Amino acid sequence: MSKPMIEVENISKLYRLGEVKPRTLREAFGGWRPRGRSKDRGSSRPDTFWALKDVSFSVARGEVVGLIGKNGAGKSTLLKILSKITEPASGLAFLRGRVSSLLEVGTGFHPELTGRENIYLNGAVLGMRRREIGRKFDQIAAFAEVERFLDTPVKRYSSGMYVRLAFAVAAHLESEILFVDEVLAVGDSAFQKKCLGKIGEVVERGRTVLFVSHQLNQIRRLCHRTIWLEGGSLKQIGSTADVVGAYELAMSSFSNGSDDRKDPSTNNGFGRLAASFVGWQILEPSSGKPQVLSTEGPFAVKMAVRFNKPVRDGHHGIALWNGDGLLIWAWAVGGLSVGEGLHEFVYRFQGLPVRPGVYRWQASFYGGGKLLDMWYCLPELVVATEPRTHFRDEWTGVLNLPCDFCVERVTQ
Amino acid sequence: MGKDYYEVVIQPNRSWLYVDWKGLLHYRDLLWLLVRRDFVSKYKQTILGPLWFFLQPFLTALIFALVFARGIKIPTDGLPPFLFYFCGLVPWGYFSQCLLATSQSLSANAHILGKVYFPRLVIPLSIVISNVAAMVIQLVTFLSFYFYFKFFTPASSLIQPNEFLLLLPFLFLQAAMLSLGFGLWIAALTVKYRDFQHLVGFLTQLWMYATPIIYPLSVVPERLRWLAVLNPMAVIVEGFRYGFFGVGFLDVGYWAVSFGMTCFFLVSGVLVFNRVERTFVDTI
Repeated sequence: MSKPMIEVENISKLYRLGEVKPRTLREAFGGWRPRGRSKDRGSSRPDTFWALKDVSFSVARGEVVGLIGKNGAGKSTLLKILSKITEPASGLAFLRGRVSSLLEVGTGFHPELTGRENIYLNGAVLGMRRREIGRKFDQIAAFAEVERFLDTPVKRYSSGMYVRLAFAVAAHLESEILFVDEVLAVGDSAFQKKCLGKIGEVVERGRTVLFVSHQLNQIRRLCHRTIWLEGGSLKQIGSTADVVGAYELAMSSFSNGSDDRKDPSTNNGFGRLAASFVGWQILEPSSGKPQVLSTEGPFAVKMAVRFNKPVRDGHHGIALWNGDGLLIWAWAVGGLSVGEGLHEFVYRFQGLPVRPGVYRWQASFYGGGKLLDMWYCLPELVVATEPRTHFRDEWTGVLNLPCDFCVERVTQ
Repeated sequence: MGKDYYEVVIQPNRSWLYVDWKGLLHYRDLLWLLVRRDFVSKYKQTILGPLWFFLQPFLTALIFALVFARGIKIPTDGLPPFLFYFCGLVPWGYFSQCLLATSQSLSANAHILGKVYFPRLVIPLSIVISNVAAMVIQLVTFLSFYFYFKFFTPASSLIQPNEFLLLLPFLFLQAAMLSLGFGLWIAALTVKYRDFQHLVGFLTQLWMYATPIIYPLSVVPERLRWLAVLNPMAVIVEGFRYGFFGVGFLDVGYWAVSFGMTCFFLVSGVLVFNRVERTFVDTI
């Protein structure tokens, strides 16, 4: 039991670029030569690239691990290797349990066959035994909501029905390890919700899941830990809040260098001036990390400011930006008189109902009509609360509002 | 954990001899469902349906009888030409159908194979099995003509069925093995060199003329006969004919050679195919 369910050790995958066809017969035969002589072939050649390079991690039983990264980062390649569709160039992986993978719904559907026949065929393609499919047949048909059309060829199905049926078959696979690749990007939103619920159910039953998605909210909801792949290598692995936060930060406008970032220690340009911001943190953070906000309730932030000489009638402004460069909140206070030395500004909030993600404070201080210091605070603020938004990223707004919903009949 | 516990190890470059037999056994239900799919889907939405199985060899035999027997006057060991050709076309039709379909099995199913794992051998196996249905229909058609000629025409004295008929299932099995072996070779080569996709149609056509279908083996000069016998299909077709008509050429030595070659192609085909299937999704 102590052994992890999935153990990946230095998995690498080399792809050849461009024309796969050899240009000469000699090259063609070269390709068929025994491996010993062509051992390091490829690694130095310019027309090859490593889709995965020395990726190692392990997943414990019952853990749900998210896999994120840009397109081409190697997520799908990794799932393909783990589901035995292709072999790695080097490395080892152990999967300790029955594996099923949902890399695409509806694989193996034949348009001429009826819904019933396709349930059996697709189930078998996914590795189910005929008896097992028979046992679950009614559940599958009910989940897909196609009971009335079971004897119609699937080519006459609407695309929604097709996808529902395909997902239903896959979702009823009994396995200890499940690989899921972006399948939830299909179907209408009601069905997507159902699929998400089904995956949640799978997770509750203690199955181990490796889940690829570009929908960071889905990852936040479902995954305990997250792996971030970049350029075929493991960039970061850790708790979902940390990794998704860091990923979002890298993807956000913060990291593209367009804003005038300032390192408080060097304090260029403002070094000789009267005031400088030197650091910020959350007061007594429940997350245990000074820049990670994990509560929806009251919290406080303190900002350290060093004054080199006393300031009279100073102005202080503070603003909060999100990763898309949108101003979330700003506020200012005037008439501040501060003596020389290190001070702390403390802000108490009743709560910050913004959606989970990465944010950045901007703080400024004016004295005598002049800007004394302005700082885009580093590190960024990571909001790691429970997502309470639409489950698709494109419908995720700025806020994260808990909402009680009910339907009441209006009597007239 | 108990007996349900198992471990999948993923690693590169397993030995050439590694074939996932256990996986194949696990996926046997898929094998039967694919057989069914092949059979059902092929003739859905056709008016004549499975009648096509019957029409293909019937029309071919008729055309051969007109062109080769009437026109060019190639001898047929004294047998009625139509029956002679039909008899050769039944095993040949099975063989060539299987060969064409298995050789395309990887590229034709690339969309499935790139998305889900199952032992890839399941697909060619299902093709060889599902083609048996067509072959049986053709065999029954052939038998009805056979009985007609035997009992209702003056040619009846030429038609001498004998104990070699018992070899029939065995000869079919050999045709299946041979087509599977060759099909697997070509499927594996097609992954890397698409040329084989075009070559296979041409090759099958040539092979038919190298096989005694439109001519009996007896017209081949004695000193060249060993060459014809290097073609395992020649022995199969000739043996088939010998069982039904008692004329032709059947030699245990030749047959042993052809069977040995069949086994060689099958085993090497399985190994090569198995070698290629592990990474073929990267190139296809």
